[in-house]
Amino acid sequence: MSRTFLGTPAFPEAARSALANTQLRRNLAHATSTIRAKRAAVVGEVAEWERLRRAGAALKDRTLRHLDTYLQQLEESLTRAGATVHWARDAAEANRIVVDVARRHGTDEVVKVKSMVTAEIGLNDALAAAGITAWETDLAELIVQLGDDLPSHILVPAIHRNRSEVREIFLREMGRYGRPAPADLSDVPAELAAAARAHLREKFLRSRVAVSGANFAVAETGTLAVVESEGNGRMCLTLPEVLISVVGIEKLVPTWADLEVFLQLLPRSSTGERMNPYTSLWTGVTPGDGPQEVHVVLLDNGRTQVLADEVGRQALRCIRCSACLNVCPVYERTGGHSYGSVYPGPIGAILTPMLRGVGADAQVDSLPYASSLCGACFEVCPVRIDIPEVLVHLRAEVVDSHRGRPSAQNAAMAAAAWALGDARRTSVAERVAGAVGKLLRRTRRRAPGGRATLGALPGPAARWADARDVPIPAPESFRAWWARTDGGRTEQQ
Amino acid sequence: MAVGLLVTCLNDVLYPETGKAVVTLLRRLGVEVTFPAGQTCCGQPMVNTGYLDEAVPLVRRHVEAFAGCEAIVVPSGSCAGSVRHQHRIVARRSGDPGLVRAVEESPPVYELSEYLVDVLGVVDVGAYFPHRVTYHPTCHSLRMLGVGDRPLALLRAVRGLTLCELPAAQECCGFGGTFAVKNPDTSVAMGADKARHVRESGAEVLVAGDNSCLTHIGGLLSRQRAGVRVMHIAEVLAATETPAALADPAAEVAR
Repeated sequence: MSRTFLGTPAFPEAARSALANTQLRRNLAHATSTIRAKRAAVVGEVAEWERLRRAGAALKDRTLRHLDTYLQQLEESLTRAGATVHWARDAAEANRIVVDVARRHGTDEVVKVKSMVTAEIGLNDALAAAGITAWETDLAELIVQLGDDLPSHILVPAIHRNRSEVREIFLREMGRYGRPAPADLSDVPAELAAAARAHLREKFLRSRVAVSGANFAVAETGTLAVVESEGNGRMCLTLPEVLISVVGIEKLVPTWADLEVFLQLLPRSSTGERMNPYTSLWTGVTPGDGPQEVHVVLLDNGRTQVLADEVGRQALRCIRCSACLNVCPVYERTGGHSYGSVYPGPIGAILTPMLRGVGADAQVDSLPYASSLCGACFEVCPVRIDIPEVLVHLRAEVVDSHRGRPSAQNAAMAAAAWALGDARRTSVAERVAGAVGKLLRRTRRRAPGGRATLGALPGPAARWADARDVPIPAPESFRAWWARTDGGRTEQQ
Repeated sequence: MAVGLLVTCLNDVLYPETGKAVVTLLRRLGVEVTFPAGQTCCGQPMVNTGYLDEAVPLVRRHVEAFAGCEAIVVPSGSCAGSVRHQHRIVARRSGDPGLVRAVEESPPVYELSEYLVDVLGVVDVGAYFPHRVTYHPTCHSLRMLGVGDRPLALLRAVRGLTLCELPAAQECCGFGGTFAVKNPDTSVAMGADKARHVRESGAEVLVAGDNSCLTHIGGLLSRQRAGVRVMHIAEVLAATETPAALADPAAEVAR
């Protein structure tokens, strides 16, 4: 049984311990700044990038508007091409379908292409419960699996590990599951990759069943696409006899030609490459070539619920590039595990609450607040998901789901809204603040530049004041000054 | 008709000198400024925390207060963004078609640098500020409004001012409104890096267009005894060759 995100505390608590992990901070700052710079360089060289983004968003929006039609078209195309189509309402149904197919072939192991959706549904645990071992074959997923760890990034699940940690994991764990790492393994990336290659090769050659996701599913032709860097995916998609692909229903594109847009947007946004090394496309069964039994599991698992949300549905455009993670100043410091979800970072902060339902628990409800709303995510999103807009929208849903219950925050917001709901009340509150300010200014030291401040404060105020000096209200508000001096006209010259 | 100054609730109570600087600056440029007394707060703190119902009376106040102004000028990118983008969301939520219409018909709102550069068409506002300054582009002015390099152009035209480059300038300072207290550890971690970059810039004054972010960064710098003060860009642009601009920077503004 592998580890799960169950039991992760709410974001502020999880972040507090992550922020104290100096190795994590260093690894992430290095990795995200490297990938940010690569992305910026390759996006900068595409003159029509903004038009491509808009095309990607428009294509996804149109597909989602007519999702029912395109899904039926996809099913027909797949069936015509010799694939077996399964429909899964939720994780349990999808897992059961995959387990049943694997069992029918009497196998006790499957090889896996890196896939977010199978992590979302907890497929590896479901297979393990049925006595079937799932081997992750993506290098980073392998590091996570061998380390009994959790993924912390959509594209680079082991981004929180550095090469010396990877070396340790390989040396310690590889031998338990197959070919051990060479005893003299160093932390040079090429040597680490070679060790993984040798370890995985026997699994590729032995396994008869493979499991994948898909980056895109073309309704018109029934073609599935996997975009990857390492070639492990190509191995899984071509060597085994049986291929089971679990595909979220939002992965649809109407036509083959639509891939033109997304295959430009995805690699540049994701790995910061003009083109990814391996793009595999397959259409059902090709007699005598590749898997001779092809299953496609079309998964809902909360997606139609997201589609029903007029503001939130734009999250279904997501092509899982992870550009939003790499630019996010919160993610860069807290890492992916703090989000307690398979989908971390800005996209996870909106997708997870919508898939699981706002109000599910305190951890889920903390995610829409795990952002300073700086907007860097929206700026880089290749399909123009306005993540800050959706975050604010979900915050309102969180608040609405707790309305009527007594809480300090509800009381504070109600009081602020009352005081600010009328200029006379505001003016009275300001006079009180000004009087307090006058008193404090007599006793407290002055910050440079004439901005008077208070130092550390106890109690709830410590949430601001234990690291930041506190501004002291001005003795006279602007409003009072304006009234007293007729907008400065009667002030002494 | 005159432009209405939306001073913002934060400036009203904590930083009235910023509001006075806007008045001084606009009058110097020949603009008639009014301060509609009915204004309170744009409602952004409520909206961004999820309290949309609580923001409805604030949006109503705002549109009533500023009706009849030729334009609204606000020394805050964040509040400008709130009025421009969030008021219609709040109005729709209220279910009051009258409020929806009032929001649509409300005068155009400009962040200060937008008003100076785009509406007045000035870059050199006749300011004098003989100090080493670095500029932090606040997220909402940069990414929500898209003010671009307008503030930098304004600062470059200030006599005596030396502009220092801020490393990683476009990265968020970590303030984020109620984020600063709901996620204080993450907020401070982000702010610590911003403060470090400010110190690395070699500037003596950190300037931005939002006093909210400056409260956070300035609070960190002041706690560190960093020897860098923070100022709103309006105060820099309002300064001229009078004793006030050369006043002892350690002295509290006289009142």
